[in-house]
Amino acid sequence: MSAIKLTVNGKSVSADAEDRTLLVHLLRDQLGLTGTHVGCDTSQCGACTVHIDGRAVKSCTVLVGQANGSKITTIEGLSRGDELHPMQAAFRDNHGLQCGYCTPGMIMSAVDMVHRHGGKLDEATVRQELEGNICRCTGYHNIVKSVLDAAGRMKVANAAE
Amino acid sequence: MYETTYHRPSSVDEAAALSARDAEAKYLAGGHTLIPVMKQRLASPTAVIDIGRIPALIGVEVSGDMLTIKAATTYFDIMNSADVKKSIPAIAHLTSVLGDPQVRARGTIGGSIANNDPAADFPAAVLALGATVKTNKRSIAANDFFKGLFTTALNDGELITAISFPVPAKAGYSKMRHPASRFALTGVFVAQMKNGDVRVAATGASQNGVMRVPGIETALKANWSASALENVKISPNGLIADIHGSAEYRANLIKVMAQRALG
Ligand SMILES: Cc1cc2nc3c(=O)[nH]c(=O)nc-3n(C[C@H](O)[C@H](O)[C@H](O)COP(=O)(O)OP(=O)(O)OC[C@H]3O[C@@H](n4cnc5c(N)ncnc54)[C@H](O)[C@@H]3O)c2cc1C
Ligand code: FES
Ligand code: FES
Repeated sequence: MSAIKLTVNGKSVSADAEDRTLLVHLLRDQLGLTGTHVGCDTSQCGACTVHIDGRAVKSCTVLVGQANGSKITTIEGLSRGDELHPMQAAFRDNHGLQCGYCTPGMIMSAVDMVHRHGGKLDEATVRQELEGNICRCTGYHNIVKSVLDAAGRMKVANAAE
Repeated sequence: MYETTYHRPSSVDEAAALSARDAEAKYLAGGHTLIPVMKQRLASPTAVIDIGRIPALIGVEVSGDMLTIKAATTYFDIMNSADVKKSIPAIAHLTSVLGDPQVRARGTIGGSIANNDPAADFPAAVLALGATVKTNKRSIAANDFFKGLFTTALNDGELITAISFPVPAKAGYSKMRHPASRFALTGVFVAQMKNGDVRVAATGASQNGVMRVPGIETALKANWSASALENVKISPNGLIADIHGSAEYRANLIKVMAQRALG
């Protein structure tokens, strides 16, 4: 056991955990942040995507020891109280989900994507950049629509700040 | 997760000392091969030695006609490096079609070539450019580094510290991506060196892992153009045949990918 220190969704967290634990298990089982999902055993589906130090990564393929000392954002950390993050709102408005299993990972990847592309996104780029996230329900059409919509909203939100 | 001990050394020497103490320990860089194979119980190291945050192993440098990428630099940082884009843009391109954004955020060049997956991208660039693999013990020429499937010239406990690429006159990379795994069904890296030498390497094709393609090298040396490859025949002998494609299909892909890599 080690004393693991993380900043999770803006709060300092100390946890007793084995360094070899997968980050996703610490988040779900010890911290109760069950919005982050596990959809595969092969690091392919992206349902477990969270941000580590601002970058979207698959938390099923990171050991707690590797993450020790980092800032983590999970899907629970995006909204401001009851106000959804623009990406979450866009997924709701554009029917960007069906069963919702892939959605937290999709949203975490999409937020990172908009940050990296500075809001300049087109459909082809969004489709390419979602390669690390698999959805078995939607056929991706409305997911792509949601991300493009949110990219516009996030630009407006940034300009207003 | 598999029962193992985690170490986070702060220097190359400390990492090597930890490894020397335990023959069953493994270095951990991006973890995007090692952690999946540990989950599947295909690897069971007694300890993992995390080299991912050692400052001496991270970064990109250009000096004269050499581009040096340190071993634990992530694909994301390679792809976005102004030095890489300027000196060998084909490497930035190769990195941008490797895996997916999350994989690129974690995976490293050193991990990729130490692993030497027969369908990995970076071995093609390292072999085609005749790069030098630097370790904590010595320098190894690319020609001597790759030894067949998942096998390299590295000794137990030997740590890759950097890869130095001579800046070519021209280079390009093209791959047919496996639509699910993103690995190369076949990928080809072509390079024309400043002394006029032409070197071409294919990944994802041979049963022995990354390989040079002499037929294409000769044709391109005479005439650096896609049309020069029209009549080149690649033998399917020794190429991979699986549910994704026959050996003949891959032989044809080598030629087509080489033509596309010429741009
Ligand atoms: C979903 C997915 C898609 C992928 N798609 C592609 C793809 O399209 N193309 C591609 O090429 N790869 C692909 N990969 C593999 C990816 O590139 C890995 O990151 C890479 O193979 C290993 O690099 P790593 O830094 O993650 O190494 P790790 O997993 O940390 O280590 C791999 C091996 O190398 C050893 N090692 C690591 N660093 C060193 C070093 N400096 N010196 C000596 N030994 C070392 C380790 O001990 C271990 O045995 C994919 C992986 C995933 C999960
Ligand atoms: S659960 Fe992490 S990629 Fe599928
Ligand atoms: S909405 Fe069901 S998996 Fe994407």
